[in-house]
Amino acid sequence: MQQNEWLLWEVFVRSKAGLDHKHVGSIHASDAAMAIENARDVYTRRQEGVSIWVVESNQIHASNPADAESFYEPMNDKVYRHPTFYDLPDELKHM
Amino acid sequence: MSLEKYVLHLADNALIYSQRLCEWCGHAPELEVDIAISNIALDHIGASRSFYQYAATLIGNGATEDSLAFLRKEREFANILLVEQTNGNFAKTMARALCYDTFMQLLYTAMKNSKDEMLAAIAEKSLKEVNYHYRFSSEWVIRLGDGTPESKQKMQTAIDEIWNYTGEMFMPSNIDTEMMANGVAPDITALQAPWLQKIKEVLAEATLVLPESGWMHSGGKNGVHSEQMGFLLADLQYMQRAFPSAEW
Repeated sequence: MQQNEWLLWEVFVRSKAGLDHKHVGSIHASDAAMAIENARDVYTRRQEGVSIWVVESNQIHASNPADAESFYEPMNDKVYRHPTFYDLPDELKHM
Repeated sequence: MSLEKYVLHLADNALIYSQRLCEWCGHAPELEVDIAISNIALDHIGASRSFYQYAATLIGNGATEDSLAFLRKEREFANILLVEQTNGNFAKTMARALCYDTFMQLLYTAMKNSKDEMLAAIAEKSLKEVNYHYRFSSEWVIRLGDGTPESKQKMQTAIDEIWNYTGEMFMPSNIDTEMMANGVAPDITALQAPWLQKIKEVLAEATLVLPESGWMHSGGKNGVHSEQMGFLLADLQYMQRAFPSAEW
């Protein structure tokens, strides 16, 4: 198979041990090893991270923006789903 | 006197090599590679600054890192010929990088034990950077060598083309010999065998042929440079020559 363009990869960087990997952007590379090296050069040159994940962009399945109305809007009027909606008894500490 | 010359030799290697790498900025085959090469070039500029600042304190007389980099003449530069060689295509730049990075890894590792504390400290800091440079260049040589028939052919041509400039790294100048004797400089003659071993391993993995070691160019350490050095310095020093003492 002839590929003229390198594959697209999404890059996730963990800024400190214990924190989550966060999406920082994308890069091009021909395979995973090169993707990690390229991500290191593009996204961690100012000490932004201690760990890198890369995922081929075409492996990510996303929700459709057109579904926003049915997906997310029903939650607008359901404030009781937030713990802050409830009054806690005074005896309860550290909540 | 000899120490400052030795430090200048190290500084010149780093500066001239970084100037060559900087020429890729905006021209590399991929954006990501462009950024990587520029990062590496900046590491070498950083190392050259450390060496020039140290040399300036040894020389005194108002010398600064800038005057040493921008106001010396071609014959005063003591860098090896390998680092001033033109970039050629990407394969040639990677062939040159592999040969140089492998050497610098060994040199800095040995220099951590230098009797000169300043050199030992600079070596320790720079070694971490060079380990990454080596990873970058060796990966690319392997990728291109063990790639398509066209990339393999270009990579082999590149290694063959650069090979005659690698011998100078291991030929001690008078300054080298003196510094090696007093424990300031690592014994570069002892680095040749491990260097060749590492290069052999990378080329084997890259399915490339090790060039035959024959006659080697030399002269750079004594200020006798190849033709392209003058053009490089013209680029590098133009601003300070045209507008003396200009600052940002």
